[in-house]
Amino acid sequence: MIVEWVQGQAQLVFSCLLALVVVGVMLLGVAYSILAERWIAAWVQDRRGPNRAGFFRLFGSFHFWGLGQPIADGGKFFLKEDIIPDNVDKPLFILGPATIFIVALVGFAVIPWGGQVQIGDALLNVQVANPDIGLLYVLGVGSLGVYGVVLGGYASNNKYSFFGGIRATAQMLSYEIPMGLAILVVVLATGQLRLEEIVLSQMGDGDVWNVVRHPLACFLLVVTLFAETSRTPFDMPEAEQELVGGFHTEYSSMKFALFFLAEYAHMITGSAFLMVLFFGGWHIPFVPGLQPGDTAWWAMLLKMLVMAGKIALMMVFYIWVRWTLPRLRFDQLMRLAWKGLVPLGLGLIAFALGMLYIGKPQAWVWTLVGNVVILATMLGITALIPSRVTGRQYDMPELPPRTSAPASIGGP
Amino acid sequence: MSDSFSTTRPIGSHRFAAVLMVVMFLANTARAWAGETGVPQAESGMLEAVFFYVFAAGALFSGLMICAGKNVIRMAVWLFFVLGSVAMLYFLLGANFLAVIQFIVYAGGILILLIFGVMLTNRSPWVRLDIKPREVAIAAAVGLVLMVTLVGMITVTDWPEEMAVADGLTVAEIGRGLLTTYLVPFEVVSVLLLVVMIGAAYLARQES
Repeated sequence: MIVEWVQGQAQLVFSCLLALVVVGVMLLGVAYSILAERWIAAWVQDRRGPNRAGFFRLFGSFHFWGLGQPIADGGKFFLKEDIIPDNVDKPLFILGPATIFIVALVGFAVIPWGGQVQIGDALLNVQVANPDIGLLYVLGVGSLGVYGVVLGGYASNNKYSFFGGIRATAQMLSYEIPMGLAILVVVLATGQLRLEEIVLSQMGDGDVWNVVRHPLACFLLVVTLFAETSRTPFDMPEAEQELVGGFHTEYSSMKFALFFLAEYAHMITGSAFLMVLFFGGWHIPFVPGLQPGDTAWWAMLLKMLVMAGKIALMMVFYIWVRWTLPRLRFDQLMRLAWKGLVPLGLGLIAFALGMLYIGKPQAWVWTLVGNVVILATMLGITALIPSRVTGRQYDMPELPPRTSAPASIGGP
Repeated sequence: MSDSFSTTRPIGSHRFAAVLMVVMFLANTARAWAGETGVPQAESGMLEAVFFYVFAAGALFSGLMICAGKNVIRMAVWLFFVLGSVAMLYFLLGANFLAVIQFIVYAGGILILLIFGVMLTNRSPWVRLDIKPREVAIAAAVGLVLMVTLVGMITVTDWPEEMAVADGLTVAEIGRGLLTTYLVPFEVVSVLLLVVMIGAAYLARQES
């Protein structure tokens, strides 16, 4: 009886297996993203990164380039003392890291990993779930990500954490708007909310990846993804030099590790989302085995590998940007969102609606021309309208006079 | 400072509302077991029935905790669980779009706005609610009116025997409906964001 039931529920069983595999691979990927971050940081700064931790010298003096580092880090986090300070709001203090990690993981449920696969008689989706509102699901889950930061920052009962939480809220609320606008452009161009259909709409006859159709929307989504994951140049919520550690100042041991890992899990989810929306998901043009008609098991593995490779490229980009660009100031951050990205997004929406109105939402030559025109307009507006440099000392309000003379330290 | 968290004391109308909610839930559960309502039973899918009761109980319990709490941020977290449980019920009914919009708009937008407002307006992060008798009276009146309306609706409505499933209602149809037939209610409801902001500022305002 159980065997018959399983045969009737092939998709369910396959989805469960896929969920296990995806979560496992992703946790490993998160750990090794941190190693990649440190390697690339070392490379950018022209020094040696972590290259010692190997596997107990099982293989003589060969260190495997430090590949044991994430495992050593994990062990360290587990063995550290887990401190819960007296004056924190204890339930919320524990709920914070839990929330942020759960939210980072569940976003994976709707990412299409490799089209369809033929197993026996059944044609199965290589996707944990394929709801008709897949795109909105990712957006909804993403909008919950801010809770972990806010709860952690509030519950810590620490002014630095509190500031981190407030900054995170303002930042994520502001950047969700241009993010939604960028995603709306894709929805208008493809007319689909199902992620698998969005992938398929980029690979038909005469179709191109959405990044060619709407490069500006892709740029918008990339920028907002950086902001939503609080990565440099948008890492105001945890700016070390100003806020000690921001929202995770009071956290130690595995609770801190959950915050830390969740950041990378968010990055991976965001990268997967970007690849699905703009870079054809598991598709590469003209390569056999990577087309929608290929349903053999090896084609599925190849597609999953391609998807993982694309995500890895995006992760490298994330890390590269972090070690290249300095952090924005908070007023610059807000100005970029509300005066730069939101008008750009609205312009793109208007343009995409226009293309839909004339009945050619997918004519990529014309959308490309339109994007160039929009970019030129934006640059022209920026060049013509003089904007003041803000944050200078002469803009600051007058300080009250000192009541006592400052101690003389000599020199100018 | 640490005693400020042990503040789950139901007061006034809150206790009244809490007891009534429990009674209503138990009564409805009993009716369901007696086979009188459209609440899913074992015959119409065991899994659905189990999930329905889990999420319904979750929503109810979280709602009670909101009534019983005095710490605004914690109440907001409980409100989050209410919204989440109700969204799960929408998922059970097949109304995926509604469920996700519940998460995006209420949990991700309005509730965060509420927390943000409380955190920014109050002088201390440990926001406490100090309720005056006048406010208890107003809350009791509003709660009573709401409850009478709801009980009236529940008794008047002709409940279907089967669990309703919102299959086939596509996003496109919902969008068309919102922008044509139901445009005015849709626009009016959007004032809700402003209401939340004012409400948060009112709750967290500095007493002068």
